[in-house]
Amino acid sequence: MSVSVQAEDFDVGVELAAMTDGKVSIGGVCSFVGLVRDMNDGSGVGAMTLEHYPGMTERMLEEIEAEAHRRWPLEASRIIHRHGRLEPGDRIVLVATASPHRLAAFEACHFLIDWLKTKAPFWKAEELAEGGTRWVDARQGDDEAAAKWQ
Amino acid sequence: MKVLYFAWLRQRIGTGEETLDLPEGISNAGELMDWLKSKGPGYEQAFQNADAVKIAVNQTFGSRETPVATNDEVAFFPPVTGG
Repeated sequence: MSVSVQAEDFDVGVELAAMTDGKVSIGGVCSFVGLVRDMNDGSGVGAMTLEHYPGMTERMLEEIEAEAHRRWPLEASRIIHRHGRLEPGDRIVLVATASPHRLAAFEACHFLIDWLKTKAPFWKAEELAEGGTRWVDARQGDDEAAAKWQ
Repeated sequence: MKVLYFAWLRQRIGTGEETLDLPEGISNAGELMDWLKSKGPGYEQAFQNADAVKIAVNQTFGSRETPVATNDEVAFFPPVTGG
Protein backbone atom coordinates (compact mmCIF):
# COMPACT_ATOMS: atom_id res chain seq x y z
CA MET A 1 0.00 0.00 0.00
CA SER A 2 1.45 3.33 -0.98
CA VAL A 3 0.09 6.83 -1.63
CA SER A 4 1.92 9.82 -3.11
CA VAL A 5 0.69 13.36 -3.73
CA GLN A 6 3.26 15.13 -5.82
CA ALA A 7 3.89 17.85 -8.43
CA GLU A 8 6.31 15.64 -10.39
CA ASP A 9 5.36 13.30 -13.22
CA PHE A 10 5.59 9.53 -12.72
CA ASP A 11 6.72 6.61 -14.86
CA VAL A 12 3.96 3.98 -14.98
CA GLY A 13 6.34 1.13 -15.84
CA VAL A 14 8.70 1.98 -13.00
CA GLU A 15 5.80 2.25 -10.55
CA LEU A 16 4.24 -1.08 -11.55
CA ALA A 17 7.60 -2.83 -11.39
CA ALA A 18 8.27 -1.42 -7.92
CA MET A 19 4.78 -2.38 -6.74
CA THR A 20 5.15 -6.03 -7.75
CA ASP A 21 8.87 -6.47 -7.04
CA GLY A 22 9.49 -9.72 -5.13
CA LYS A 23 5.79 -10.50 -4.67
CA VAL A 24 5.47 -13.76 -6.57
CA SER A 25 1.92 -14.44 -5.34
CA ILE A 26 0.67 -11.71 -7.69
CA GLY A 27 -1.04 -13.10 -10.76
CA GLY A 28 -2.50 -9.90 -12.21
CA VAL A 29 -1.95 -6.16 -12.17
CA CYS A 30 -4.54 -3.58 -13.19
CA SER A 31 -3.78 0.12 -13.62
CA PHE A 32 -5.70 3.27 -14.46
CA VAL A 33 -3.91 6.41 -15.66
CA GLY A 34 -5.83 9.70 -15.83
CA LEU A 35 -4.68 12.34 -18.36
CA VAL A 36 -5.49 16.02 -18.89
CA ARG A 37 -7.98 16.38 -21.77
CA ASP A 38 -7.91 19.33 -24.15
CA MET A 39 -11.70 19.79 -24.07
CA ASN A 40 -14.18 20.02 -21.21
CA ASP A 41 -17.86 20.99 -21.46
CA GLY A 42 -17.36 22.26 -24.99
CA SER A 43 -14.54 24.72 -24.24
CA GLY A 44 -10.92 24.31 -25.28
CA VAL A 45 -8.67 23.91 -22.28
CA GLY A 46 -5.06 25.09 -22.42
CA ALA A 47 -3.86 23.82 -19.08
CA MET A 48 -5.17 23.32 -15.58
CA THR A 49 -4.00 23.83 -12.04
CA LEU A 50 -4.88 21.25 -9.42
CA GLU A 51 -5.27 22.57 -5.89
CA HIS A 52 -5.54 20.20 -2.94
CA TYR A 53 -5.81 20.08 0.84
CA PRO A 54 -2.39 18.94 2.09
CA GLY A 55 -2.81 16.51 4.94
CA MET A 56 -6.43 15.63 4.28
CA THR A 57 -5.60 14.53 0.73
CA GLU A 58 -3.07 11.94 1.86
CA ARG A 59 -5.36 10.83 4.65
CA MET A 60 -8.34 10.31 2.33
CA LEU A 61 -6.27 8.45 -0.26
CA GLU A 62 -4.89 6.16 2.46
CA GLU A 63 -8.43 5.51 3.75
CA ILE A 64 -9.71 4.69 0.28
CA GLU A 65 -6.74 2.40 -0.36
CA ALA A 66 -7.29 0.62 2.98
CA GLU A 67 -10.97 0.15 2.09
CA ALA A 68 -9.99 -1.52 -1.20
CA HIS A 69 -7.74 -3.91 0.73
CA ARG A 70 -10.63 -4.75 3.08
CA ARG A 71 -12.94 -5.53 0.16
CA TRP A 72 -10.60 -7.43 -2.17
CA PRO A 73 -7.68 -9.83 -1.66
CA LEU A 74 -5.00 -7.45 -2.91
CA GLU A 75 -1.30 -8.17 -2.70
CA ALA A 76 -0.26 -4.60 -3.49
CA SER A 77 -1.60 -1.21 -4.56
CA ARG A 78 -0.29 2.19 -5.55
CA ILE A 79 -1.96 5.61 -5.82
CA ILE A 80 -0.19 8.70 -7.20
CA HIS A 81 -2.04 11.99 -7.67
CA ARG A 82 -0.35 15.08 -9.04
CA HIS A 83 -1.05 18.70 -8.13
CA GLY A 84 0.04 22.03 -9.59
CA ARG A 85 -0.12 23.14 -13.23
CA LEU A 86 -0.65 20.43 -15.84
CA GLU A 87 -1.04 20.60 -19.62
CA PRO A 88 -3.19 18.54 -22.01
CA GLY A 89 -1.71 15.06 -22.35
CA ASP A 90 -0.03 15.18 -18.93
CA ARG A 91 -0.62 12.33 -16.51
CA ILE A 92 -2.71 13.38 -13.47
CA VAL A 93 -3.36 10.19 -11.56
CA LEU A 94 -2.24 6.57 -11.31
CA VAL A 95 -4.23 3.88 -9.55
CA ALA A 96 -2.77 0.37 -9.63
CA THR A 97 -3.78 -2.87 -7.93
CA ALA A 98 -2.29 -6.36 -7.82
CA SER A 99 -3.87 -9.62 -6.72
CA PRO A 100 -3.47 -13.36 -7.26
CA HIS A 101 -6.35 -13.34 -9.78
CA ARG A 102 -7.48 -10.69 -12.24
CA LEU A 103 -11.03 -10.04 -11.08
CA ALA A 104 -10.03 -8.55 -7.71
CA ALA A 105 -7.41 -6.36 -9.40
CA PHE A 106 -9.91 -5.06 -12.01
CA GLU A 107 -12.66 -4.38 -9.49
CA ALA A 108 -10.43 -2.79 -6.87
CA CYS A 109 -8.82 -0.51 -9.48
CA HIS A 110 -12.25 0.61 -10.71
CA PHE A 111 -13.42 1.17 -7.12
CA LEU A 112 -10.33 3.21 -6.24
CA ILE A 113 -10.64 5.68 -9.11
CA ASP A 114 -14.41 6.04 -8.61
CA TRP A 115 -14.04 6.77 -4.90
CA LEU A 116 -10.97 8.94 -5.35
CA LYS A 117 -12.90 11.23 -7.70
CA THR A 118 -15.58 11.99 -5.10
CA LYS A 119 -13.60 11.78 -1.83
CA ALA A 120 -10.07 13.11 -2.37
CA PRO A 121 -9.93 16.90 -1.84
CA PHE A 122 -8.61 18.12 -5.19
CA TRP A 123 -10.01 20.97 -7.28
CA LYS A 124 -9.26 21.70 -10.94
CA ALA A 125 -9.06 25.23 -12.33
CA GLU A 126 -8.96 25.21 -16.14
CA GLU A 127 -7.23 27.85 -18.25
CA LEU A 128 -9.65 28.56 -21.10
CA ALA A 129 -8.43 28.98 -24.67
CA GLU A 130 -10.34 32.28 -24.88
CA GLY A 131 -8.57 33.52 -21.73
CA GLY A 132 -9.35 33.36 -18.04
CA THR A 133 -9.83 30.37 -15.78
CA ARG A 134 -12.81 28.30 -14.71
CA TRP A 135 -13.26 26.01 -11.73
CA VAL A 136 -14.37 22.61 -12.96
CA ASP A 137 -17.80 21.61 -11.63
CA ALA A 138 -18.26 18.24 -9.96
CA ARG A 139 -20.09 15.78 -12.21
CA GLN A 140 -23.22 14.01 -11.10
CA GLY A 141 -21.99 10.98 -13.05
CA ASP A 142 -18.99 10.76 -10.72
CA ASP A 143 -21.26 10.65 -7.67
CA GLU A 144 -23.35 7.94 -9.30
CA ALA A 145 -20.23 5.95 -10.18
CA ALA A 146 -18.99 6.18 -6.58
CA ALA A 147 -22.41 5.33 -5.12
CA LYS A 148 -22.55 1.97 -6.86
CA TRP A 149 -19.66 0.79 -4.61
CA GLN A 150 -21.44 1.70 -1.36
CA MET B 1 -9.31 27.59 15.65
CA LYS B 2 -7.85 27.24 12.18
CA VAL B 3 -10.23 27.82 9.28
CA LEU B 4 -9.22 26.85 5.73
CA TYR B 5 -10.78 27.73 2.37
CA PHE B 6 -10.09 26.10 -0.99
CA ALA B 7 -10.74 26.73 -4.68
CA TRP B 8 -13.42 29.38 -5.37
CA LEU B 9 -14.14 29.88 -1.67
CA ARG B 10 -10.48 30.83 -1.18
CA GLN B 11 -10.63 33.21 -4.14
CA ARG B 12 -13.83 34.93 -3.01
CA ILE B 13 -12.70 35.29 0.60
CA GLY B 14 -9.21 36.38 -0.41
CA THR B 15 -7.29 34.04 1.87
CA GLY B 16 -6.77 30.31 2.19
CA GLU B 17 -6.29 30.18 5.93
CA GLU B 18 -7.08 32.19 9.03
CA THR B 19 -6.92 31.71 12.77
CA LEU B 20 -10.03 32.68 14.71
CA ASP B 21 -11.20 32.72 18.29
CA LEU B 22 -14.26 30.51 18.33
CA PRO B 23 -17.14 32.99 18.54
CA GLU B 24 -19.39 32.57 21.55
CA GLY B 25 -22.50 30.48 21.06
CA ILE B 26 -21.13 28.58 18.06
CA SER B 27 -21.03 24.84 18.51
CA ASN B 28 -21.17 23.31 15.03
CA ALA B 29 -19.81 23.85 11.53
CA GLY B 30 -23.11 25.20 10.19
CA GLU B 31 -23.27 27.91 12.82
CA LEU B 32 -19.64 28.78 12.09
CA MET B 33 -20.46 29.06 8.39
CA ASP B 34 -23.40 31.36 9.08
CA TRP B 35 -21.23 33.54 11.33
CA LEU B 36 -18.42 33.71 8.74
CA LYS B 37 -20.94 34.76 6.10
CA SER B 38 -21.51 38.02 7.99
CA LYS B 39 -17.79 38.90 8.08
CA GLY B 40 -17.75 40.76 4.77
CA PRO B 41 -18.82 40.80 1.11
CA GLY B 42 -16.25 38.18 0.05
CA TYR B 43 -17.45 35.80 2.75
CA GLU B 44 -21.06 36.47 1.86
CA GLN B 45 -20.35 35.66 -1.77
CA ALA B 46 -18.41 32.51 -0.85
CA PHE B 47 -21.15 31.14 1.37
CA GLN B 48 -24.22 32.44 -0.49
CA ASN B 49 -25.03 28.97 -1.83
CA ALA B 50 -24.48 26.97 1.34
CA ASP B 51 -25.56 23.72 -0.33
CA ALA B 52 -22.54 23.93 -2.65
CA VAL B 53 -20.08 24.13 0.26
CA LYS B 54 -18.49 20.98 1.67
CA ILE B 55 -17.18 20.86 5.22
CA ALA B 56 -14.27 19.00 6.82
CA VAL B 57 -13.49 19.10 10.54
CA ASN B 58 -9.99 17.97 11.49
CA GLN B 59 -9.47 16.67 7.94
CA THR B 60 -12.53 14.41 8.01
CA PHE B 61 -15.67 15.07 5.97
CA GLY B 62 -18.45 16.48 8.10
CA SER B 63 -21.73 18.34 7.79
CA ARG B 64 -23.37 21.46 9.19
CA GLU B 65 -24.13 19.46 12.33
CA THR B 66 -20.53 18.41 13.02
CA PRO B 67 -19.41 19.90 16.37
CA VAL B 68 -16.52 22.39 16.32
CA ALA B 69 -14.30 23.45 19.23
CA THR B 70 -11.45 25.86 19.90
CA ASN B 71 -8.54 23.71 18.72
CA ASP B 72 -10.21 22.29 15.63
CA GLU B 73 -9.20 22.72 12.00
CA VAL B 74 -12.31 23.46 9.96
CA ALA B 75 -12.21 23.58 6.15
CA PHE B 76 -14.80 24.83 3.64
CA PHE B 77 -14.55 23.94 -0.03
CA PRO B 78 -16.55 23.14 -3.20
CA PRO B 79 -17.36 19.56 -4.26
CA VAL B 80 -14.08 17.86 -5.16
CA THR B 81 -12.96 17.41 -8.80
CA GLY B 82 -9.78 15.33 -8.72
CA GLY B 83 -8.86 12.21 -10.65
